Amino acid sequence: MKKRIVTMVLAATMGMGLMAGCTDATADVPATSGSTDAGTTDAGSTDAGSTDAGTTDAGTTDAGTTDADADTQASAGGKLTGTLNLGMIGPLTGGAAIYGNAVKNGEQIAVDEINAISPDFQIQYNPQDDEHDAEKSVNAYNNLKDWNVQVIAGTVTTTPCVAVSAEANADRVFMLTPSASSPDVINGKDNMFQVCFTDPNQGLASAQYIVDNSMATKVAIIYNNSDAYSTGIYQTFNSKAGELGLEIVSTTTFTDDTANDFSVQLGEAQSAGADLIFLPIYYQPASLILQQANNMGYDPKFFGVDGMDGILTMEGFDTTLAEGVILLTPFSADATDDLTKNFVSKYNAGYGETPNQFAADGYDCPYAIYKALEYYADKNGDLDVTGKSAEEICTILISVFTDPNFSYDGVTGSNMVWTANGEVNKAPKAVVIKDGVYVGL
Amino acid sequence: MLANLINGISLGSVYAIIALGYTMVYGIAKMLNFAHGDVIMVGGYVAFCSISYLGWPPALAVLASVFVCTILGIVIEGLAYKPLRNATSLAVLITAIGVSYFLQNAALLIWTSNTKVFPNVFANLPAIQLGGTQIAPVTIITVLANIIIMVALTLFTSKTKMGKAMRAVSEDKGAATLMGINVNRTISMTFAIGSGLAAIAGVLLCSAYPTLMPTTGAMPGIKAFTAAVFGGIGSIPGAMLGGVLLGVIEIFGKAYVSTQLSDAIVFAVLIIVLLVKPTGLLGRKIREKV
Repeated sequence: MKKRIVTMVLAATMGMGLMAGCTDATADVPATSGSTDAGTTDAGSTDAGSTDAGTTDAGTTDAGTTDADADTQASAGGKLTGTLNLGMIGPLTGGAAIYGNAVKNGEQIAVDEINAISPDFQIQYNPQDDEHDAEKSVNAYNNLKDWNVQVIAGTVTTTPCVAVSAEANADRVFMLTPSASSPDVINGKDNMFQVCFTDPNQGLASAQYIVDNSMATKVAIIYNNSDAYSTGIYQTFNSKAGELGLEIVSTTTFTDDTANDFSVQLGEAQSAGADLIFLPIYYQPASLILQQANNMGYDPKFFGVDGMDGILTMEGFDTTLAEGVILLTPFSADATDDLTKNFVSKYNAGYGETPNQFAADGYDCPYAIYKALEYYADKNGDLDVTGKSAEEICTILISVFTDPNFSYDGVTGSNMVWTANGEVNKAPKAVVIKDGVYVGL
Repeated sequence: MLANLINGISLGSVYAIIALGYTMVYGIAKMLNFAHGDVIMVGGYVAFCSISYLGWPPALAVLASVFVCTILGIVIEGLAYKPLRNATSLAVLITAIGVSYFLQNAALLIWTSNTKVFPNVFANLPAIQLGGTQIAPVTIITVLANIIIMVALTLFTSKTKMGKAMRAVSEDKGAATLMGINVNRTISMTFAIGSGLAAIAGVLLCSAYPTLMPTTGAMPGIKAFTAAVFGGIGSIPGAMLGGVLLGVIEIFGKAYVSTQLSDAIVFAVLIIVLLVKPTGLLGRKIREKV
C-alpha cells in the first residue's frame, strides 16, 4: 500500500513535470504548425499574407495564447499534432496467442502507416501481453498506466476486456477494443467502444441485408441451439425479421451431438417453400448441410454469417457445393477494394501470412482513433495531444465517437458509426462465393 | 413419411455398423471399449490419407485402413488393457476413456484440428429412386455391409474354433484356461476383429457424413453404444436392430415432434425399453452366480 502511494506520488510528480514541459511544447507546436500552415497556404496561395512566413508564425503563436481566437480559427479546420501514447493489451503468448498477435500485427501496420502520412502527429505504440487472463490483463493495464498511456486499443479477448474496461472506466482511459465481441464489454461503460460487431448484431445486420436487397420472400433458419453464438444470432435475426416483415417459414435446430444428419431440417425447409436458408452456424455443419441439400436436389440460396468463413479452406471440400453461398463477414482477405488489397499485401510482406479477421479489426483500431482526433481538431481547432492526460483525451474521444456525424471507413466495414453505449454500426460486407473464391457484393 | 423412414435407416445403419464392433468386444472381453469411436476416426483418417495424398483406389484404401486399425487395436489391447486383466472393471473403463482421449489428441497433433472433407468414394454408383425419394448409394452399401458383417460374425463365433474359444472366454475365463484356451490371445483376436470392423465403419461413416475431425468418432461412438445397449449388448443381431431403430426414432422424433427434442426422445425410448426389458431388445438373460 505504502509502495503504491509512493508510486502514485512519483507518477503525479512526473505527470506534473510533463504538464509543465507541455506548456513549452504547446507554445512550440503551434509555431511549427503555423509554419506548415504557411507552407500549405503557400501552395494554395489563398492567403495573401502567407508569403511572410515569419509574420504568420508570430501571428499564430500570439493567437495561440487566446483560446477564443483558436476556436474561431477552428471552424476552418484545426490541425492534429503531437505524440499519442497508444497502448494495446492482448494474449501475445499462450493458447489464444494467435488472436493477440494478429491484432498486434494489424495495429502495428496501421500505426506505421499513420506515422508515415502525418509527420506532425506520431503514435508511440506499446503492446502488452495478458495471456488471455483477466488478472494478468489488469497488470498489463497498470504497466501501461505507468508508461502514461493515453488511449488503449484493446483488449483483444472478452474476459480480460471486461476486467480491464472496469478499471479503465474508473480511471477515465478511452478504450477501443478490436475484437472483444460480448455486450458485457461495453455495458455501462461510456469510455468503451467496439470495432467488431457484437454477436447478436450480426443477426440484425443479416435480416436487414436480406430485406434491403430483397433476396428472399420465404426464409428458413437452421441453427445450433446448443451454442450461444448461434442462438444469439438466431434470436436477433428472428425479431428483426418480424419487424421488417420478412416471412420465416421454417425454424429448425440441431445440437453439437446431432450435427450429422440434416435431412429432416432441409426437408422441412423445402416443403415449406423456403427460397433462402439462413445459417447462423460454423462452417463444419454448414458444409454437411450444403452437401445434403445437393443430394436432395434442393437448391435454395444459403446465407451465412462470419462463422461460415473458413468453408473454402476445408481440405478436400468440393467448392462447387458452396457456389452462390452468401455470407456476411466483417472482413475478407480476398476482397478487391484498395484498402483491403493494401492491408493484405503489407501484412503478407511483414508477417508472411494472410491476415484474418482479428488482424483486420486490429488494423482499424488506430485508424479510428486517429480519424476521431483529426475530426475533433477539424471541428474544435488545433489539437496537440502531447502531454494531454488520458482523461482529457478520453473526453475528446467519447465526444467524437458518440457524434452521429463522425464515421470511419475501414477494412472491416465502411461507414462505421458508434452508438452512445459503444456498439459499432457499420455497413456489413457481404460476399458471395463464385468459382471457389469470395466476390464482394 | 417414406423419405423420413429412408433417412432414418440410413442414419441408423451407420450407428449399427459401429454398434457391431462395440457389442462384439463387450460380448467377449466383457469390457466397454470407449476408445472404439476413436479407432473409427483413425480408420477414417487413414482412408482419407490413402485416397487424397497417395491417390490409392477406394478399395485399397479400405484395406489399408482395416490393416492399420487392426494393428492399432492389438497394440491398444496389449499396452492398455492386458496389464489390467485382473483389475476391477471400473479401472479398465477409466483406461478406455484415457485411450480415447489419447487417440483424439494424437490425431490432433498429426492431422491438426482443421476439418478435412472425406472424398466421395461411391461417386460412380447411381442413386436409387424409390417413390420420389433418393436412396444414396452409401446407404445401400452400409446396409449390405451390416448384414454381411452380422452374418459373418455369427457364423464365426458359432462355427470356428477361434469363435468357440471366444464364447468360452466370455462365459468363464478361468474354466476356459483350464480347457487349454489361450485367454490372452483370444482377447487380442477379439480386439483385432473389433478394430478392423471399426475401420470399415469409419470409411462408411465418413462417406455418409463427410467431415473428418479428431472428434469425429466420439459422438457417433456414444450413440452406437446406446444402440448396442438398446438392442441388447453382447448380441450381434441386437446391435444391428438397435442401431437401425435408434436412427429411425431419431429422425421421426425430429420430423414429427421437435428438432430440439430429438435426443431427449431417443433416450426416453431407451429408458422405457430398459425398464421393461433390462437386457435390451435381444439381450440374453444371464444368470449371475453369486
